[in-house]
Amino acid sequence: MTTRIQKEARRESMLLNMGPSHPAMHGTIRIMLELDGERILNSEVEIGYLHRGFEKICENRTYFNLLPYTDRLNYVSPLINNLGYVMTMEKMLGLEVPEHAQYIRVIMSELSRISDHLTCLAAMAMECGAFTVFLYKIKAREFIWDFIERTTGARMTTSYIRIGGVRANLHEGWREDLLKAIKETRLVLKDVHALLDKNKIFLNRTRDIAVVSPEMAINYGWTGPCLRSTGVYYDVRKAHPYLVYDQLDFEVPLGERGDNFDRYMVRMLEMEQSLRIIEQAMKKLPDSSPASELKTDALEPAEAIKLARQRRPEKKIKLSPNLQGMEKENYPLILSSDRRYIMPPKEDVYTTIEGLIRHFKYFMRGHGLRPPKGEVYFSVEGGNGELGYYIVSDGTDKPYRLHLRAPCFHIVSALEEMIEGHYIADVIPTFGSLNMIGGELDR
Amino acid sequence: MEKEVILQAVQERFQKDILRVDQQFGDDFIQIKKEILLPLVNFLRKEPYEFTLLLDLTCVDYLGDEERFEMVYHLFSLKNNLRLRIKARLKESDLKIASLTAIWKNANWLEREVFDMFGVHFEGHPDLRRIFMYDGFEGHPLRKDYPLRRRQPRIPLKKG
Repeated sequence: MTTRIQKEARRESMLLNMGPSHPAMHGTIRIMLELDGERILNSEVEIGYLHRGFEKICENRTYFNLLPYTDRLNYVSPLINNLGYVMTMEKMLGLEVPEHAQYIRVIMSELSRISDHLTCLAAMAMECGAFTVFLYKIKAREFIWDFIERTTGARMTTSYIRIGGVRANLHEGWREDLLKAIKETRLVLKDVHALLDKNKIFLNRTRDIAVVSPEMAINYGWTGPCLRSTGVYYDVRKAHPYLVYDQLDFEVPLGERGDNFDRYMVRMLEMEQSLRIIEQAMKKLPDSSPASELKTDALEPAEAIKLARQRRPEKKIKLSPNLQGMEKENYPLILSSDRRYIMPPKEDVYTTIEGLIRHFKYFMRGHGLRPPKGEVYFSVEGGNGELGYYIVSDGTDKPYRLHLRAPCFHIVSALEEMIEGHYIADVIPTFGSLNMIGGELDR
Repeated sequence: MEKEVILQAVQERFQKDILRVDQQFGDDFIQIKKEILLPLVNFLRKEPYEFTLLLDLTCVDYLGDEERFEMVYHLFSLKNNLRLRIKARLKESDLKIASLTAIWKNANWLEREVFDMFGVHFEGHPDLRRIFMYDGFEGHPLRKDYPLRRRQPRIPLKKG
């Protein structure tokens, strides 16, 4: 296989491979460089090493079953990926989501955004030699993930946001945990500002390196923090408000020059705004959930099923700890009231025939969620930019076609032009500032 | 600028080449003949419409239809805050459409992806190669007649 760069290369220049397995390539991506000494004359980016056939898999899964696959797209902010898919489905089904669940979704997607930015900047700083910053940021991310884990039950592959709402209510004592996460993140952000903002080593590798003009960014279809670093005001949360973002007060930080440093700075400032959003959303949520009181005389599920063969049990049912937060009492708060599109509560499934039938109908091939025929596009503001889903439904329970608009894909396609004329050492922070996520890029 | 005004202007300018202008789940779309893709996109990109951002470009395979493939373009206007979908059908016997690489640079990779997954040829693309799959891959995986679990032949090791 001769690549474009091999054909075009000058005889006197050197060809160098960066990646696919390189410690500073945040996934597997190959950058072929044509060099004159340390200067990059030409380059070619080759992607596809992590291609898993996401879109093909989705065409063969039911609408409910494909949700876990969306976790694996951008594995640093899986909750936003869930949200994008789920909201596309809700747009197609015309579902209303309870306000409580909407605030939970806002909190979760902002936490994911912070963890996304933290990871991106941590890696970028580490590659510039600032290992302390890396450790600090990963520490802050740990507090955020602890919170996410306590509510959703998983750190990364959460599948927490479901069609019609969320899987479970927030865990007991969520407010203290969240306040702690916010406090720790703020401290880390302050430290990082102090460590990097005026750091000569960092500035030399970021200031005025890989400058992108607003025209070029738009021409490449950039969105998200990378586009905003060039000074273009576009944020999906402001342009097409979804959830309750129009009721929350936040700013959209913009950069001026569009270089590596601005991309770093925009992300840093955006995290502060995300923390503000979370604090506002927290105030709208009650401290405890309706099912929080201890059920001392609750029945074991097996016992309840046995009893239900004769009559409906009067006592409450003890659910498995995995189902914490999705008790029947929580349902009006966390899930839509449209019973066609949501999973029935487990209490009903165990004790009533209607619940059991609904459960079977929901999961049976050809019976579950069947949106009307048509095509829909919906996007949310992901960690990297506009994360859009394009779904074609043919009226069955599987999508006819599902396409993901991965923000990374557009951003990384500009890399060749960005690094041209710079030094090899500049490739690393430039690439780091783009926040390429293999799962999303290669799908 | 209101979207109705834009849609009307498009219809007046291209008349018979616009097959359908409609809405689905609140998204506006224009169904066109594939020949007018470039003029239409150039028309929409200029003032006062300014659809300057190519959000997305993909393809759908309607196996069994006479015009089997449908190219789907999503444009976005930053100034008017509007999204627009443009759709054009392609026949399997004439699987070609104009490339947008001269207008938008991100079309380069997006069109390579569609070429890789569906085998659509883009006329005027500077470097139309596979992007996710390797050289020597047989078939186009996102076509509906490509089985989910199809096995690929082994590729011989490269000498030297």
